[in-house]
Amino acid sequence: MIDKLLFGYLATAIIILSIFVITRKNPVHSVVLMLVLFFHIAILYLTLNAEFLAAIQIIIYAGAILVLFLFVILLLNLKEELVVEKFVGFWPLGLSAAIAFAILVAITTAFMKGPEGNIGIDVIRNETNTKVLGRILFTDYLYPFEILSVVLLVAIIGAIVLTKRRLKS
Amino acid sequence: MVPLNWYIWLSGIVFIIGMAGFLTRRNIILMFISLELMLNAVNISLVSFSHFLKDMTGQILTLFIIAVAAAEAAIGLGIIIALFRNKATVHVDEMNEMKG
Repeated sequence: MIDKLLFGYLATAIIILSIFVITRKNPVHSVVLMLVLFFHIAILYLTLNAEFLAAIQIIIYAGAILVLFLFVILLLNLKEELVVEKFVGFWPLGLSAAIAFAILVAITTAFMKGPEGNIGIDVIRNETNTKVLGRILFTDYLYPFEILSVVLLVAIIGAIVLTKRRLKS
Repeated sequence: MVPLNWYIWLSGIVFIIGMAGFLTRRNIILMFISLELMLNAVNISLVSFSHFLKDMTGQILTLFIIAVAAAEAAIGLGIIIALFRNKATVHVDEMNEMKG
């Protein structure tokens, strides 16, 4: 009973916060509301027995990506947003596309769950989520892990190359 | 025990809100924020499936999606800064130099 109440509160808060995130005039307000949203999503991961992912969500998403967004908003000096019309002229079309997609998703309720694995909750609770995740990441998913490190390297190099000022010689 | 389809509904609704925000806002920073919202909706769905199917694949995929989202946010914001040097605006309607 209490877990349904907790899920109800988290789901309501996540939906209301996400509606607020996309409708604010000031982008800084959107980013701060998104920070609160990410905390709620991290608590949702905690109720799903994924405490390592909750910590990673807070550290990377709330701690790195949102700080990056705030720095870019600071650099671009976005004050003149407050005078211009914030939605595009054809916003009813975008909203109706989203509602049509929602109806499409609601129709597909006849789904069947796939085959079940064998790493239940008690296995995860015996050793921690970090250990189980690490064991599977470094044995079954080693190749995607190495590719991911190359992706991050490319992101670092690309970000520096894109924003470097060329010295006028 | 929270049933699985509640989590799927939550993930779908957040994804649709992110999609509506991406299609209707004119500020490019807010389009990026809606993109991150969509990725988080997919993450919620993956972690809930990993819990209910007793398999760790969903959590591994979530880790990959978080890392790729971080890389993509860095590159995308770098592109915005480089674009802002040439044309000092963040409204995508005014970025129409390549219009025929």
